Amino acid sequence: MDGDVPLLRARGVTRYYGSRVGCRDVGLDLWPGEVLGVVGESGSGKTTLLGCLSGRLEPSAGTVEFRQRDGRVVDVLRMPEPALRKLARTDWGIVHQNPRDGLRLGVTAGANVGERLMALGARHYGQIRSAAVDWLGRVEIDRERVDDWPETFSSGMQQRLQIARTLVTEPRLVFMDEPTGGLDVSVQARLLDLLRRLVTDLGLSAIIVTHDLAVTRLLAHRLLVMRGGEVVESGLTDQVLDDPQHPYTQLLVSSVLQP
Amino acid sequence: MSGDGHDAALLVEGLHKTFTLHTQGGIQLPVLRGVDLAVYPGECVALTDPSGSGKSTLLRAVYANYRPQRGRIVVSHDGRPVDMVVAAPRELLAVRRRTIGYVSQFLRVIPRVPTLEVVIDPLRAFGVDRDTALTRGRALLARLRIPERLWSLSPVTFSGGEQQRVNLARGFIGGHPILLLDEPTARWRGAWRSSAPSTTPRCARRWRRGP
Amino acid sequence: MSAYNFAFLDEQTKRMIRRAILKAVAIPGYQVPFGSREMPLSYGWGTGGVQVTASVIGPDDVLKVIDQGADDTTNAVSIRRFFVKTTGVRTTTRTDQATLIQTRHRIPETPLAEGQIVVFQVPIPEPLRWLEPRETETRKMHALEEYGVMHVRLYEDITRHGHVETAYDYPVLVNGRYIMRPSPIPKFDNPKLDRNPALLLFGAGREKRIYAVPPFTSVRSLDFEDHPFTIERWDQTCALCGAADVFMDEIVVDDKGGRMFVCSDTDFCERRRGR
Repeated sequence: MDGDVPLLRARGVTRYYGSRVGCRDVGLDLWPGEVLGVVGESGSGKTTLLGCLSGRLEPSAGTVEFRQRDGRVVDVLRMPEPALRKLARTDWGIVHQNPRDGLRLGVTAGANVGERLMALGARHYGQIRSAAVDWLGRVEIDRERVDDWPETFSSGMQQRLQIARTLVTEPRLVFMDEPTGGLDVSVQARLLDLLRRLVTDLGLSAIIVTHDLAVTRLLAHRLLVMRGGEVVESGLTDQVLDDPQHPYTQLLVSSVLQP
Repeated sequence: MSGDGHDAALLVEGLHKTFTLHTQGGIQLPVLRGVDLAVYPGECVALTDPSGSGKSTLLRAVYANYRPQRGRIVVSHDGRPVDMVVAAPRELLAVRRRTIGYVSQFLRVIPRVPTLEVVIDPLRAFGVDRDTALTRGRALLARLRIPERLWSLSPVTFSGGEQQRVNLARGFIGGHPILLLDEPTARWRGAWRSSAPSTTPRCARRWRRGP
Repeated sequence: MSAYNFAFLDEQTKRMIRRAILKAVAIPGYQVPFGSREMPLSYGWGTGGVQVTASVIGPDDVLKVIDQGADDTTNAVSIRRFFVKTTGVRTTTRTDQATLIQTRHRIPETPLAEGQIVVFQVPIPEPLRWLEPRETETRKMHALEEYGVMHVRLYEDITRHGHVETAYDYPVLVNGRYIMRPSPIPKFDNPKLDRNPALLLFGAGREKRIYAVPPFTSVRSLDFEDHPFTIERWDQTCALCGAADVFMDEIVVDDKGGRMFVCSDTDFCERRRGR
């Protein structure tokens, strides 16, 4: 298959907030081209887990290992900060729930998309701009808007701009936190569709944290169900959603309103 | 054909599946009780018991959509035997991609995705390049007599029969050695039902669950 | 002389500032924090430059002070008077005779020589401040060479105006490592920073930072491959001395809108005219 070493391997990830459990003893493996969904309700620990996996939160215990492009496996939690920041800018992508957290609002859409390229040393204005225009097209933003400010964009467009901004360096692993949260339903559908295609076309791996089961059904190959900081069930997405074993999972699945 | 399962493409042994409904007081529904089945290369097996007897459950268990409590489901994948009951998720995904295909009773429609894209999706997931996938997709859709003008539309507005033919195209395109079809013609009406035998594989053997 | 300590600052303060200067010289372009003192002039009027000058000036120095290239503007006069009062050193308007030059907004046209020191007055030392208000974050960005945003700034200019609009305080890369603001000198003067034989010191009093460009250090103005750095050019020559290729001031001479262009560097202009 894709080699025996997973792209991301986490073991025993635990994070306390004082005496309160954020997440406890979570382990997972993620292989290239796979999308892993982490579902749970508020307070389940899924966002804490995402923070720990992406090196933005320091866990109380556990290990997180990432296989770089050169094949070397690095310990994310013990990496020197410069290396981690560089990783977060190149081989990783982060899509925040609120696009404003992932964009620079004071500069144009083109600059937003081109920034990562410039950070990596791109020094040709024309090429940077055409790469930005190209990416706007790929996320279905009107290319004419390359010189507009994100503040003039709708929230759906802002979210797609955020995605373009983070994917421009073709990261191999993308962390997404409720990527469709707060968007209108039709806008959500469009965004999910886009994410699906990008994941397939670019061979991305992704970890998607969401409370929305429909999102996971559409995007995720595998699923982790979290509750109270712990993983209560895991497996293939369709298996967990169609044949839930754990009582909590059954509750979650049966609570989804059917139109 | 031998009946001892040694060269079976798919071997089911002692399969038990019971549903426990925790949200309804924990009542238990045993659906499969010790099912045995062997399917050999080139065979077509039809499960024909009346509704509610577990046909769909068996199919879904074979596809690893349902999780059995006990038993084995062994398929030949890349030349090795894989037990779907205990295999790791990653391996199950690989089996689904290359060895076992599944055509459900209803096409799961994602709005906005054109029919042709729906059909070639399994090939793309397998890494086949877009042009090859599109060629095969068009050929299949033509063979299943979906008019070309519908190929760029989402199947959401299609009739039940059209949707299911799209579903079939999607199921057959992967060229999987094992194909699971769950009530493939249930939503077809009239003339289509009578032409079904020419569009779906002829069935060499019928299988019924024992008393 | 006066009842003040030599050059106004006490010796401990001078020592502290000299240490900061040494650090700055050791790491070209890097902003060294220092304990900026209260000076008898307001923030925004050159307190940083004055503190640096006060820390390096000695009794044998010859001091020149300019503001916008001229020795006779209010600021230049005040600061020069301050140093005469507190040190008694000789002063001059001639660039080639000065050992120490404090300047606001210009680098002299006359080429500098080894052994000379130029002290620049800096309002805002941080080049990344336009984008990142947090000091903690900008420090990290400098430490980790995360300078992508600096080119974002240039990108935005080109997008909006078709060219880089920044005309002064144009950001530069020092010694291939740190990005620096050269103080509000016109970009016309940026090329003079590159491999200059003099020692260039920068003081920001309100922001409490000192940085330096040692002699013969490479200083490159940021640009894009397809939008290279260019300097201002005039069609006119100086109305007084006829110089071309100098930075010029535009002076309105009458109520009818008559104007003339003259060298901004008064010393340079005078010497060309033989005074």
